[in-house]
Amino acid sequence: MKPLDIYITLLGQFALLSILAIGGANAVVPEIHRLSVHDQHWMTDTQFVDLFALAQAAPGPNVLVVSLIGLQVGGLLGALITTLAMCGPSSILAYTISNAWDRFRERPWRKATQAGLAPVTIGLVLGSGWILTDAADHSWAAYAITAATAALTLFTKIHPLWLLAAAGALGLAGLV
Amino acid sequence: MTEPAPAPTPRELFLGFLSIGASGFGGVLPFARRMLVERKGWLTPAEFTEVLSLCQFLPGPNICNVSVCIGRRFHGLRGSLAAFGGLMLVPFCVVVALGLLYARYGHRPEVDAAFDGVAAAAAGLVVATGLKMLDKDRRDALALVFVVATFVGIAIFRWPLLILLLVVAPLSVLIVWFRRFRKAAP
Repeated sequence: MKPLDIYITLLGQFALLSILAIGGANAVVPEIHRLSVHDQHWMTDTQFVDLFALAQAAPGPNVLVVSLIGLQVGGLLGALITTLAMCGPSSILAYTISNAWDRFRERPWRKATQAGLAPVTIGLVLGSGWILTDAADHSWAAYAITAATAALTLFTKIHPLWLLAAAGALGLAGLV
Repeated sequence: MTEPAPAPTPRELFLGFLSIGASGFGGVLPFARRMLVERKGWLTPAEFTEVLSLCQFLPGPNICNVSVCIGRRFHGLRGSLAAFGGLMLVPFCVVVALGLLYARYGHRPEVDAAFDGVAAAAAGLVVATGLKMLDKDRRDALALVFVVATFVGIAIFRWPLLILLLVVAPLSVLIVWFRRFRKAAP
């Protein structure tokens, strides 16, 4: 068993992130990175981006990157706690509020909140991209792969799995 | 209006969301829509849009919120638990299996080399997501100021998210509010 403290930290930190995740899981990647690599020293930059890449390559919601962080830190129980902590508070909020949605969806404050949060979410997701690039790329070839993947995703309909696989093959060939 | 499909049982909710969770690569929402609206007919397109707009308004993983709201609509707490459990079961097991493989073989030089490439590409996917949102949500200069401020705060200064949100988010919302308010006034 790991010390209880670790599970409590995972539970508390990710439960807080659940409520801060405006616009979804991609918006909190910078905070998860800061927490895992700099504050708690659970893993290195390289391990962090590897786990992120694994979650991208797996089917299902993007939020599962937190399960991998939990697994790394506290085994299977850590993965479960982290996943439930990340989904729990926001799910409870959704459960409680969905009934009242009809009553407030047309209210001006709701529209102002949504319109005001949108640029913040975009800034956070761009920040995620920046931080992942900074942590993952150690060579010009790696930067080229990041740029090419972004461009191909923006301008073609290539499935992301192909891009990840091709980049993996380049890495395996010793080119990155 | 077509005849609505009969309400799903908790078991059907679980199985429906199980197939949604298991099939989506790089984002599950398109699968969710196809499944819930087109194949099962549990929701009309308008109802789905309504649920989605609520779930995008709320914090947290959007698709998890969708499962909770739709489960609740049909069977309250039991329905929510069934839908959420179905959604997460397969992807969670897959990702844990991958994580265990990584823990075991991640240190090998060839795995390490492959991940140098994959991680660079994964970063590129997120960059593209951010740029797409920026393009789709193209706004006025003031909104752009908040995009840049948030980006600089989180990525360059590496401020804690809580602090950043407490400062930037209310400011951004208030400014939108006052501009609309002023526009609405004669």
